[in-house]
Amino acid sequence: MQEVTKITNRTATAASGEKISILAFAGDISSTSKEAILAAYHNVNNSTPKILLDFTGIDYINSSGIAIIIQMLLEANKSASGTIGIFGLSPHFKKVFTMVGIQKYAKLYSDESEALKEE
Amino acid sequence: MKNGRSVEVRLPSELGFEKIAMSTAASMAALMGFSPDRIEDLKTAVAEACINAIEHGNQLNDSLSVAVVLSTTADELEIKVIDDGSGVGTAPAKPDIDRKIHGEEDSRGMGMFLIQALVDEAEWHKGPPGKSFVRLVIRLDREKH
Repeated sequence: MQEVTKITNRTATAASGEKISILAFAGDISSTSKEAILAAYHNVNNSTPKILLDFTGIDYINSSGIAIIIQMLLEANKSASGTIGIFGLSPHFKKVFTMVGIQKYAKLYSDESEALKEE
Repeated sequence: MKNGRSVEVRLPSELGFEKIAMSTAASMAALMGFSPDRIEDLKTAVAEACINAIEHGNQLNDSLSVAVVLSTTADELEIKVIDDGSGVGTAPAKPDIDRKIHGEEDSRGMGMFLIQALVDEAEWHKGPPGKSFVRLVIRLDREKH
């Protein structure tokens, strides 16, 4: 009964000139999203070390969904060379992400232009 | 809306149905005049309480349902989420992001913490099957601050 997360992948250029992969999510992120999200992450992680996660199209994310993002950050932290930034969170989910401490391991930007400027 | 109104929703023990309780709670809170940001807090807390009841309380058992009882007074909305599990007796711990990132703590297990952090009152009651519940309360007086 859980909705499937739609994931699209695009590439952008940061203000620094560096290529960045953007994984854009739409719909819901819950426990059933794990395999698809981690597969998409592994796929782009092989091409660019910097990755941005776009939550603009997300309506619902629960604690199991947040755990998937933490799993991704765990893998990025292990690899040492890769970084993950996040943008497009609603004010509510930005607050929730901050409550669990995600901002310690992923920068939270308000939108794509701010993320590309800062990365 | 008159005071003392009550709505009950029964959910199948299948993940995804928590969104039904979430929408019902949001509608009740909107009718009572809660602000949009507090309704968002409530939606997450109710969803997490229902997920725990479906997954841990009823262990995804198709023959069991989760009862969600929403009751209003003049200044508060109370939500009880009742399941057939044995209940939770311990207070939720704050997730340790450093331990999670280093694989020393399960990346999951944040639901109870979020519930407690997002509503004005949260308490867990242990009981016999069909009597264990979590009780959440949000109050209108906080809207003034």
